[in-house]
Amino acid sequence: MNKKALSAPYVIWIIGGTLIPLALMLYYGLTDGEGSFTLSNILAIGEPGHLKALLTALLLAAVSTLICFLLAFPIAVLLRRVKRAKGLIIFLFLLPMWMNFLLRTMAWQVLLEKGGVINSIISWLGFEKLRLINTPGAVIMGMVYDFLPFMLLPINNAVSKIALSTTEAAYDLGASEMQVVFKVVLPLSVPGIVSGITMVFVPALTTFVISNMLGGGKIYLIGNIIEQEFTVGDNWNLGAGLSIVMMVFILISMLFIAKFDKDVEEDLAI
Amino acid sequence: MGKALIELKNITKSYDGVTVLDDFNLTVNENEFITLLGPSGCGKTTTLRIIGGFEKPDEGRVFFEGQDITELPPNKRNLNTVFQKYALFPHMNIEENIAFGLKISKKSKDYIRDKIDYALKLVNLDGFGKRSIDSLSGGQQQRIAIARAIVNEPKLLLLDEPLGALDLKLRQEMQYELIRLKNELGITFIYVTHDQEEALTMSDKVVVMNQGYIQQMGTPENIYNEPENAFVATFIGDSNIVPGTMVKDRLVNILGADFPCVDEGFGENKPVDVVIRPEDVIFRAPGEGRIDGEVSHIIFKGMHYEMEAMAGGFEWLIQGTKPYEVGEKISIDVDPFNIQIMNKPESEDEEAIKFDE
Repeated sequence: MNKKALSAPYVIWIIGGTLIPLALMLYYGLTDGEGSFTLSNILAIGEPGHLKALLTALLLAAVSTLICFLLAFPIAVLLRRVKRAKGLIIFLFLLPMWMNFLLRTMAWQVLLEKGGVINSIISWLGFEKLRLINTPGAVIMGMVYDFLPFMLLPINNAVSKIALSTTEAAYDLGASEMQVVFKVVLPLSVPGIVSGITMVFVPALTTFVISNMLGGGKIYLIGNIIEQEFTVGDNWNLGAGLSIVMMVFILISMLFIAKFDKDVEEDLAI
Repeated sequence: MGKALIELKNITKSYDGVTVLDDFNLTVNENEFITLLGPSGCGKTTTLRIIGGFEKPDEGRVFFEGQDITELPPNKRNLNTVFQKYALFPHMNIEENIAFGLKISKKSKDYIRDKIDYALKLVNLDGFGKRSIDSLSGGQQQRIAIARAIVNEPKLLLLDEPLGALDLKLRQEMQYELIRLKNELGITFIYVTHDQEEALTMSDKVVVMNQGYIQQMGTPENIYNEPENAFVATFIGDSNIVPGTMVKDRLVNILGADFPCVDEGFGENKPVDVVIRPEDVIFRAPGEGRIDGEVSHIIFKGMHYEMEAMAGGFEWLIQGTKPYEVGEKISIDVDPFNIQIMNKPESEDEEAIKFDE
C-alpha cells in the first residue's frame, strides 16, 4: 500500500471535521438571510451589547488565566522537590478532568447557590448569607476550576524537565532559593507556561456553559451571544459572523504567543 | 603542604538504610589537587555533595578554614562546583552564564566585564562570549562551566567527574588543561572520578574509596607502587595478586618458590597476598628463573604485548615489549623491589567486594 493511501482517514477527517464546517461558517458569516454577500454580520461585533460581551469575556478569561498560572507555577516548583508520590499528586489534580465537564460545573452551582452548601454552612455558623452565584467571581471560580489542569500539566512538564544539576549550579553560584526560581526555573519553564496560557485562555474566552450555569444569565460573554444567535435567535448568519471575529481574535493571540516562543507547538503536541 | 582548608570529621550518611559513608574522616589542605577515586557507589560523589552543601550528613561535621559549615546552604559557602553534565543555563549565552554568580553578588558592570574576559582567556575560549550554549562542543561547555565557577574566586573548586562525558582524546587534553588551571589559579581542587588514569595523572594526592571507607590515601606513585590492599591493587592498574607466605623479613614464598623482597615486619610464616604488576614480571629461559611455566596467550597492544602464562598453577598477567610464542617454555622472575606484600584482608570492609562499573 502506498503512503498516500495511509493518510486517507486523516484527510477525510480534516475535510469533514474542519474544512467543511469552516467553509459553512464563512458562507453563513459573510451572507445575509437571502444568501447575498454582506459584512454586516462581522461588523455587528461593534454593537454595544456585543462589544461589552467581548470585553467581559476577554477580562474574565485573562483573570482566570492569571489565577491558573499563579496557582500552577508554585505547585509545579514544589512538585519538583517531591521525591515520592509525585505521580499520585499529579493524578489527584487531574482526577476531576475525567468527570463530565457539565457535571463539574453543576457541582459548583450546588455549592455556590443561595441555598447551597457553602451558604448553608455560613448561615449555620450564624453569619449572613453571601451572594456567591451569578457573580463574575463565580464565573472566574468555575473557569479556574475547570481549566487549571490544562495550565498545570504543561508547566509541570516543563519544570520537571529542568535538570536537577541546573538548579543546583545556580544555588552553588550563590543564588538564594527564590533567585533560583526566578532566574532559572521560571525562564526555563516559558515554553510550558506559554502552552498553559494558550490552553486556558482560549477555552475560557469562548465558553458559554460556565457563564450560563454560574453567571445565571446575568453575565454575558461573547460565547453566550453566539450560542443564543444559533439557538434562541435562530440567526445563523450573525452567529457565524461573530464566530469568525472570535476566530480571528484567537488566531492573532496564538500568533502573538507563538512569536513569543518557538517551542509552543512542540509542547502543545504533548 | 599548607594548612587545612576542608576537614570532614566522623561523617556518616545513609540513604534508605544503606550506609554510603561510615565515620568518614578527610582533611584537604590549601592549594592541593586531591582526587577521590573509586567505583560507583563508593561514596565519593556523596562526599563531594556534602562538602558542596547539597547533602547534609546524618552525623559528623564539616569544617571550612576551621569554621563549622555543616548547616550552611550551598549559596553561602565559599566554594563552587563543576558538574558532570556541565549544568550550564540553556537560556543564557556564554557571557551571561559566566556572569551569573557575579550578578547575584552585585558586582559592578566593569568588574563583571573584566572577569568574563579574563575567564574566557583562561579557558582558551576568547571571543566566544556572545555565543549560545548549544553551539559549543562538550569540551567547550565544560570549559565554560569551569569559567563560570572560577570567576567567583572560590577557595575551593569541586569537580564531579567533569570529564566523564567527553571522548578519550578530549579527556586527555582537558586533564592537562585542568592541571594548568589549578597551577595558575592557586586554589584547591577536589576532583571525583572513577577513572584511575585520570586520578594518577592530575592529583597531588589520591584518596581511593570503596563502600564508604577510605582504602588508601597517598601520592599517585605511592598508591600505584605500594597498594595496601587487594582492592587498591586491582582498582589501580592491572595486577597479579598471588597468595604467598612471608617466610621471614625480606623473603616471601610464592607458589612454592622463594622470592627475595624488601618488605619487613609481617612476622614469620604468615600468609599474605603478594601484588606484582604485569610490567614487573620478567621472563627468563626455562630453569633460569624462579617458577617454570608456559606462555598461554599473547595479544599485541601497541605499546606492548599483553601475555598470559601458566606457572606454578597460577595464571600470570604479563606486559612486555618482546613477543613470545604461545606454548613457549619460560621461567618467571621478579625483582625484589617490585614485589608488594599485603596483609590478607581481615574484615569485609577492606576487601574488594564488587566492581560494578
